[in-house]
Amino acid sequence: MQWLADLGRQGRELIESLGRSGQFLAGFLLGVPNARVGFPLLVKQLYFVGVLSLAIIVVSGLFIGMVLGLQGYTILSDYGSESAIGQMIALTLVRELGPVVTALLFAGRAGSALTAEIGLMKATEQLSSLEMMGVDPLRRVVAPRFWAGFLAMPVLAAIFSVVGIWGGMLVGVEWLGVFEGSFWGNMQSSVSFTSDVLNGVIKSVVFGFVCAWIAVYQGYDCVPTSAGISSATTKTVVFSSLAVLGLDFVLTAVMFGDF
Amino acid sequence: MSDTTDSFSEPYIELTDVVFSRDDRRIFDGVSLKIPRGRITAIMGPSGTGKTTLLRLIGGQLKPDSGSIILAGESVPDLKRKSLYQLREKMGMLFQSGALFTDLSVFENVAFPIRVHTRLPEDMIRDIVLMKLEAVGLRGARDLMPAQLSGGMTRRVALARSIALDPELIMYDEPFAGQDPIAMGVLVKLIRDLNHSMGMTSVLVSHDVPESLSICHHACIVSDGRIIGEGTPDELRNHPSAKVQQFLKGHPDGPVPFHYPAANAGNDWGIDGGGG
Repeated sequence: MQWLADLGRQGRELIESLGRSGQFLAGFLLGVPNARVGFPLLVKQLYFVGVLSLAIIVVSGLFIGMVLGLQGYTILSDYGSESAIGQMIALTLVRELGPVVTALLFAGRAGSALTAEIGLMKATEQLSSLEMMGVDPLRRVVAPRFWAGFLAMPVLAAIFSVVGIWGGMLVGVEWLGVFEGSFWGNMQSSVSFTSDVLNGVIKSVVFGFVCAWIAVYQGYDCVPTSAGISSATTKTVVFSSLAVLGLDFVLTAVMFGDF
Repeated sequence: MSDTTDSFSEPYIELTDVVFSRDDRRIFDGVSLKIPRGRITAIMGPSGTGKTTLLRLIGGQLKPDSGSIILAGESVPDLKRKSLYQLREKMGMLFQSGALFTDLSVFENVAFPIRVHTRLPEDMIRDIVLMKLEAVGLRGARDLMPAQLSGGMTRRVALARSIALDPELIMYDEPFAGQDPIAMGVLVKLIRDLNHSMGMTSVLVSHDVPESLSICHHACIVSDGRIIGEGTPDELRNHPSAKVQQFLKGHPDGPVPFHYPAANAGNDWGIDGGGG
């Protein structure tokens, strides 16, 4: 019967953790922001979370777009439909790979860094010292990082998709010789702003919220030791990735499912 | 330092029957303590007895299971978040690690609480920060980053930061731990001078007996969740409790045993009838 007790304990711990993370989220979302103090902090974090993630996003987007171009050409040319390659690349990127891969890369690069930074601030008593100075660490440390992640994700996903499409064009048009007019023309006629682009943006907004929440919560709630920070950083990447993939299925079913 | 019985008539902090547990372990079991205004109070005791926890209870970072904590006439555990943060503006705390913000220079660390809580012009902030750094002897280190400071310098910068807003209360968490004799002497001098010149109520948590007793007006020893001895330094030195004497004189064995409680030694070594 030990397994039943263990299962119950783990279930209770999971619910406790969810409750704590909800309280934590409300703690900094419900506060009235102070623009004079908050805006410079947000800009600084946008730089760390967004601008410094650009390199990995651009390079990944470029190669994924190029691979899509190659694979798409190989498959579509069997049916004599290689002119639809632009449509295929754009829909794949805008609907799926843009938001999902950006979120996975974001969790690995920026999410883990946020967790480690907040965790280390906790371990070195910087968060406690803020509290003792009468400064709420949720608003000073956590909120700017959360909002920066939340705002940066849709922009990064858009950049990823744009660069990916350009990479696909490089391979499809410049290298494999697909007619440029049909590449862009098919794309223009088949990609809808509302049902494709906007749904992709909604996905990246949801992923941004979830990834930033997981990252700051894991840092704030970690055991303040080196092992605790290491474990929290790992949890950020694992939980964010699983949440993104799971939510992607749900969102895709809601947005594109034809039931 | 000598006594100060008069000061006991006006406690700045008053703990009454404070009970606090963590993870089913009872840390404090009915602690009552009065900390006089404007004096240095040393809270001493063996490692792991909850001295730092006591500071966190006073600062409202932890809530007791029961009992009252009154600070400057306000019940700390009952304060709402906003009122608690306002009360903390009257407090300074020197953390054991210093807890400097690693992405800010020494100057910016000291300026931090001033920038957050006031809207003073930049030239006035500069003057205040340099005065505070001068007080701890580190005006010349204003442009250094925390990673470039020694342990003693880190604590002095942290001390300058904690007095930046001229608090009524300053709490020192193990200020002497891990310091070389010169750094320790500097910190002892600074704590004494700051208390003397600014009249702050100071609470000093430490297990460094000679240094603490040399500067405090009032001291207490915490052990096993209770206060086992309290009074002026001279009163403590002559305290009848064997446990207090063991702590003050650093005897390796006594009421606090050398051996951690263990099962019968014979069982561990496989000796029949072995004694424990």
